[in-house]
Amino acid sequence: MSDITITERQAGDVTILDLQGKVTIGEGSVALRTTIRRLLGEGKNKILLNLGGVGYIDSSGIGELVSSFTAVKKEGGVLKLLSLTQKIQDLLAITKLLTVFDTYDDEASALSSYN
Amino acid sequence: MSETHYIELPSVIESVEEAAISADEYARGHGFGDEIIFAIDLAIRESVANAVKHGNKFADDKSVQITFSDLEEGLEIKVRDFGSGFSVEEIPDPTNPENLLKTDGRGILFMRSFMDEVEWSNPDDGGLEVRMLKRR
Repeated sequence: MSDITITERQAGDVTILDLQGKVTIGEGSVALRTTIRRLLGEGKNKILLNLGGVGYIDSSGIGELVSSFTAVKKEGGVLKLLSLTQKIQDLLAITKLLTVFDTYDDEASALSSYN
Repeated sequence: MSETHYIELPSVIESVEEAAISADEYARGHGFGDEIIFAIDLAIRESVANAVKHGNKFADDKSVQITFSDLEEGLEIKVRDFGSGFSVEEIPDPTNPENLLKTDGRGILFMRSFMDEVEWSNPDDGGLEVRMLKRR
């Protein structure tokens, strides 16, 4: 069984990815990478990662978030984060990545920020 | 449950999950709370991932040895690989602005952030051992 489920939704030109499960070394990280690369291949470069359902992330998963962020940026797009759990927020604070990512608590605010 | 528990795992990614399950069982069995268990879970996953990937480099003939000990001061975990070792000082600080967008190098930072003591040693017969302690 896969560690992570990624569900895709569209809100205007923003693609929302709802992540459920674990973003960890191995399958979880690979699934995220594959999805992001596919979206970029389809010309979808405004991406909102909803991490509200992510119960666990390790350093490999954090690395995958960074990799996704730079890959999207390279294609002229923007990747933002939604609904961070306290634990993920703590990890992003420790790594100083809260200074890199735009993060939002509610979906409406996140979506309007793309305009 | 005994005071010290030892497991030996192959150098595959699946060993990370297996080690985390063992750590969880050991910590719960010895009365450690959720907060401590979260820290231990993170530290064991990062240290075993390092041992498998960077230490043993996924070699079939090299294992990862893990020891859990319930000490008076807290829970001690030792993770040993049989690779060529490394100097922790050589790992770039992932929080330096120039390293923020690197995709790796954060595991040791997590281990140091969540455990109370973390130290590395190079055993005489090769490899690298990391010893971590989480106080009660």
